[in-house]
Amino acid sequence: MSTRDWLLADSPTSRMQANAGRAYRVFTALLRNPLAVLGGLIILVLVLTAIFAPWIAPYSPTGQNLSARLLPPSSQYWMGTDELGRDIFSRVIWGSQITLTIVGLVALISAPLGLLVGAIAGFFGGWVDRILMGITDIFLSLPKLILALAFVAALGPGINNAIIAIAITSWPAYARIARAETLTIRNAEYIQAVQLAGGGPIRVIIQHILPLCTSSMIIRVTLDMAGVILTAAGLGFIGLGAQPPLPEWGAMISRGRTFILDQWWVATMPGFAIIIVSLGFCFLGDSLRDVLDPKSEGKN
Amino acid sequence: MALDQQSAPLDAALIARNKRLRRQAFTVGGFILTVFLTFLGLLAITFFIGRVIPIDPVLSVVGDRATQAQYDAARIAMGLDRPLWQQFISYVGNVLTGDLGRSVSTGRAVVDDLSRFFPATFEMATLGILIGIALGVPLGVTAAARQGSWLDQAIRVVGLLGYSVPAFWLGLVGLAVFYARLRWVGGPGRLDIFYDGLVQPVTGMILIDSLIRGEIDIFWNAVSHIILPASVLGFFSLAYIARMTRSFMLDQLSQEFVTTARVKGVPERVVIWRHAFKPIRVPLITVVGLSYAGLLEGSVMIETVFSWPGIGNYLTTALLNADMNAVLGSTLVIGAVFIVINKVSDVLYRVLDPRAR
Repeated sequence: MSTRDWLLADSPTSRMQANAGRAYRVFTALLRNPLAVLGGLIILVLVLTAIFAPWIAPYSPTGQNLSARLLPPSSQYWMGTDELGRDIFSRVIWGSQITLTIVGLVALISAPLGLLVGAIAGFFGGWVDRILMGITDIFLSLPKLILALAFVAALGPGINNAIIAIAITSWPAYARIARAETLTIRNAEYIQAVQLAGGGPIRVIIQHILPLCTSSMIIRVTLDMAGVILTAAGLGFIGLGAQPPLPEWGAMISRGRTFILDQWWVATMPGFAIIIVSLGFCFLGDSLRDVLDPKSEGKN
Repeated sequence: MALDQQSAPLDAALIARNKRLRRQAFTVGGFILTVFLTFLGLLAITFFIGRVIPIDPVLSVVGDRATQAQYDAARIAMGLDRPLWQQFISYVGNVLTGDLGRSVSTGRAVVDDLSRFFPATFEMATLGILIGIALGVPLGVTAAARQGSWLDQAIRVVGLLGYSVPAFWLGLVGLAVFYARLRWVGGPGRLDIFYDGLVQPVTGMILIDSLIRGEIDIFWNAVSHIILPASVLGFFSLAYIARMTRSFMLDQLSQEFVTTARVKGVPERVVIWRHAFKPIRVPLITVVGLSYAGLLEGSVMIETVFSWPGIGNYLTTALLNADMNAVLGSTLVIGAVFIVINKVSDVLYRVLDPRAR
């Protein structure tokens, strides 16, 4: 029996085999979708670049060389140099670490938070549901970027505070999804079986409801990552995100503003990095939705 | 007896009508309640940001350079010696009476600043949404009508770009190409420097004011300045509107009445615009509303790039000067407009779509 047969078995003999089989099916379905492959590759390249930045970047991201100021792209400086003679290509490479950190931490904070709030609201219903969803709806009906700006203004500029601000503004969408999923499974027979066997609410929510919310959550988080990258870059552009001399892409564009009319490459190059990475997340999220949740194809 | 028999159906109709009225009153009441609670939530959030998060809220209002006397005066004026819930109530009272505090950097009341800067933002966002509707709806309909064609693919890519291009970057590139290289449009600002201040403000919107005063030169100059930032904003609403229009249209085109119309030999153009497009006008209103609200947000970034004297520019300047009264005032106004647009498009949807009543 080959590995493939074991993965695709109609009657898996263990939970691990069933999970592995499902993962394999999703994976092969994604491989058949060119956009998914492209998106996956972009994110893979981003991760590899972030890990191997010290070896890929030809120059130091912060080392200044005033004799090589504002040079156009050439074979020596692939993306040109900025006003302090720093190699823009090297800075873009190092900037991938910052972007990946922001994206990862925002997802790690906001998704579990939203998941928990939504599952609790959906499971208990009644007043708990009304209060939690009321708060969620208030957050949802406010502009995310403006709210994040105001939070950062109060907390003080910097990457950590930018991450906190973005996470605070992005959990409500996940809470809505988790609640909707919880409502559809709350009264399922297997949940009642667990409760009859003496399972308390914490056990039911964590072990039997949350795992079922994960697939729609993964889709939504992947799709949202493009927005998170844009918000983080926007905060950096305004000067409230990563502080100089950190090579954050948005902050780099902001520095290039002064030179946009004559030295276009200073502001333009980091923008391409932002677009490519955001597109990668969009492509992957779109295709994941097509594969994991075919019903909602084409919807928003 | 006869009278009773006659009045019975009449009574039933009356009761039904009363029931309907009561239900409508209930929906209206519930609606007002949600709007009210949402505003209260917004106020609670700005209160929290302004008074609870900063370690020293007084310092964030008076600034670093204030003397001890100014500091103490501000502390008492802000009522920081009172419990938090009393502070919140007086804060809500202040906001409701139009008192948002004084801006540290401009020295004027925040309300005056905001009313001075709002028309510029409104003008740009409105032109942006008009561009978005004028191009986005036809593109979305065409994409759905020719599903799978190269045009459909291209529109899909444009839609995804709308989610992944930073607005401020697109604005900068636009300036570099259309202003610096091609000289097709005017540069940053609302007017060329020698036209500045020549038109007495009436509405605060330069396009309208210059027409009212009959200054045609200034009008065309203003057009050349607003067209680029409005188009950049328009691109983002176009991407979203086209995407949603396409998905609504695909839903409709797969319905049986569309097939029936086609079988009957109705021309394709009529099938698309009359049979399929008419029913989606109502959900499109919601999409346009959401997109318009989103543009207000996008204009914060765009105004910074184009030195556009609107609320977004005011907000970012205030952010960099840690001018908290101005920051919270702008957040409050943008948030309130956002809520109103959201709720109005929701109401319009209910009023116009009989199924949602």
